[in-house]
Amino acid sequence: MTGKRGPGRRDAGGHDELPPARPRAVGTLGAAGRATFLILLAGATAVLAAIGAARRGRALRRRAAGLLERAAGQLSRMTARLSPGALASRLLSHPPPGPFRPSTWRSPLRGLWLTSVLGLVLLGGLTVMAVTGLLSYASYNPRLPGNDETPGGHLLKFYLFSWPTDPAWLYRVNQGIHVTLGLALLPVVLTKLWSVLPKLFSWPPAASAAQALERLSLVMIVGGVLFEFATGILNIQNFYVFPFSFYTAHLYGAWVFIAGFVTHVILKYPHMRAGLRSRSLRRELRTPLSATRPEALDPVGLRAAAPAAPTISRRGLLAAVAGGSLTLAALVAGQSIGGWTRRTALFAPRGLSAAQPGELPVNRTAATIGLTDADVGPAYRLVLVGSRQVSLTRAQVAALPQQSAVLPIACVEGWSVAATWSGVRLTDLARLAGVNHPGGALVESIERKGSFRTADLSAAQVNDPRSMLALRVNDADLPRDHGYPARTVIPAAPGVHNTKWVNKITFTEQA
Amino acid sequence: MRGLIGLTGRVRHWYGAHPLHLLALLAVFALAGYALRAVVAAGQWRGFAVWFVVAIVAHDLLLFPLYSLADLSLRRLLPARAGGEHSRLTAAAGAAGRADTAGPAGTAGAAPPPSGPPVINYVRVPAAFALLLLLVWFPLILGLSAGTYHRASGLTAEPYLGRWLAVTGVLFLASAAAYAVALRRASARARARKTTVLAGRGR
Repeated sequence: MTGKRGPGRRDAGGHDELPPARPRAVGTLGAAGRATFLILLAGATAVLAAIGAARRGRALRRRAAGLLERAAGQLSRMTARLSPGALASRLLSHPPPGPFRPSTWRSPLRGLWLTSVLGLVLLGGLTVMAVTGLLSYASYNPRLPGNDETPGGHLLKFYLFSWPTDPAWLYRVNQGIHVTLGLALLPVVLTKLWSVLPKLFSWPPAASAAQALERLSLVMIVGGVLFEFATGILNIQNFYVFPFSFYTAHLYGAWVFIAGFVTHVILKYPHMRAGLRSRSLRRELRTPLSATRPEALDPVGLRAAAPAAPTISRRGLLAAVAGGSLTLAALVAGQSIGGWTRRTALFAPRGLSAAQPGELPVNRTAATIGLTDADVGPAYRLVLVGSRQVSLTRAQVAALPQQSAVLPIACVEGWSVAATWSGVRLTDLARLAGVNHPGGALVESIERKGSFRTADLSAAQVNDPRSMLALRVNDADLPRDHGYPARTVIPAAPGVHNTKWVNKITFTEQA
Repeated sequence: MRGLIGLTGRVRHWYGAHPLHLLALLAVFALAGYALRAVVAAGQWRGFAVWFVVAIVAHDLLLFPLYSLADLSLRRLLPARAGGEHSRLTAAAGAAGRADTAGPAGTAGAAPPPSGPPVINYVRVPAAFALLLLLVWFPLILGLSAGTYHRASGLTAEPYLGRWLAVTGVLFLASAAAYAVALRRASARARARKTTVLAGRGR
């Protein structure tokens, strides 16, 4: 059931997923990163310069003769202008070749209106992403000491409320939206970046201190959005190539992004409003390719100075973006919705692949944690600690009063599944340990290492009548991968807080 | 009050924007700085910083030039629009004094005008969708995370490559069907126009 993996603080000693050579990997990545950056920068500039040069080739040849004549005159004048100040101002007023020349950017569709429409979609969409993301963080009840994965976060991990247990589908819906919407927004993010990319190469780089500072703030939003999307997309596929804990980095990266996002919205809102008013969406949607003309020139400078003939209409581009979003969402949403729709989730990590009859997806197998027959055999004991300590065999637990409830298991990675769980109410177990009004519980697993081998439950979670130590699922004994001999099932809690292979629960009396 | 306006003016002069602009930016830099401090406290700042920068570089200086180049090549290869349409627009561009910037479109004008609707969008849209799916799901499609995926889920990453190829095939097939329909419609329209013209002459 784990979602968030990585060398977090709690599992610094040993980790079940990541190779041990982390520090070295960071070092080589650092050097490789720097080298890659320089190579890419040079390569990309060369490619873009070549594109620009090829386009201007004919015109250049025509002008070459004239230029030669003028060059001689220029040379004599330039020697007179060789003072550093004159050179600097000359450099700033004459963009270097390639992407820095406005003539390189030819798309007739770029313009303030198009960027504004995409910006409006992202304003709504990324706001939902930030809210569902922060809610997901809150769902771990990080205020409880056993759950705190980000002890250095201080103000960034504010807690407004204890995570509720009702409705039981709360976490399931939150994560389904976060992951599915995130994937659906990727084409919009990429198109939005495409629409403003010429501005990256605008020349001079900054006309004032204000512009320089504003461009620097773009690092937060562009870097932030790409960082969050990249880490999120890799994490849902268990592709742990990042040299940091996903949980920690995705949270702090989100804050850097939110900082950039808020500034960007404040500073660009007037432009967006003007852009949206500059054309009618309805008319755009009725305009075919043959009638597609470039937008009017705008003060932001998004429209190309010399646009080429369009090869796709504006509505065609918007339809393609929307189609890309729908395709991505449609081929993944089934892993969150469940039922027959799971079969339509071709690319979801727990979609079609996990749709075999009787299959209940998991996020940590018994083999992975090294569960042995001895762990779950006759020697297995469930230890309950409170004002007294009780040790029970599985048969003794099974002899206690049992209850059933249909509850979802929902993973931070977006997938979820509802099942009928049956087992012993947590409050009943607390009473056995001599705790009549539990104020919380620490649940521990047979797992010897790794993140989320324990979970600190809140008072609301322990006292919910549906919270139980489950022994059976869907009218059969728990499969080993689902936590045999016993696991907790807590309504609306993140998957990893439904601890599997439970062997100890410590109850505390309400203060 | 006049002093305040004077100060605003001075800030505007050396900073280049309203003082509030500066305050807003400083506030968010402080917030981002606070988040970075937390990353440092977590002992993960190097990897974090590298990934942050590489994410920007990989998009702006690798992904973007690559897909631009691919699109440019495709546009050179495939006729972008029907002949009549195209020459009219080129003429319009010329009239607007932009004849020298028409570039590849201008040179294509010399070739015989292609008939029917342009094929390019029926190629690049399904290609873009397929590449988008690959961009998102490459760890599973290429089996790069097969090991960790199996340990986590008990499932195999094997089917994903086949599914991606199948979806790509379906996308191109659907696009081909849409193109066939568009071609039929275009030729039907052309026939109708011809008939009208002939009928007009007959009168």
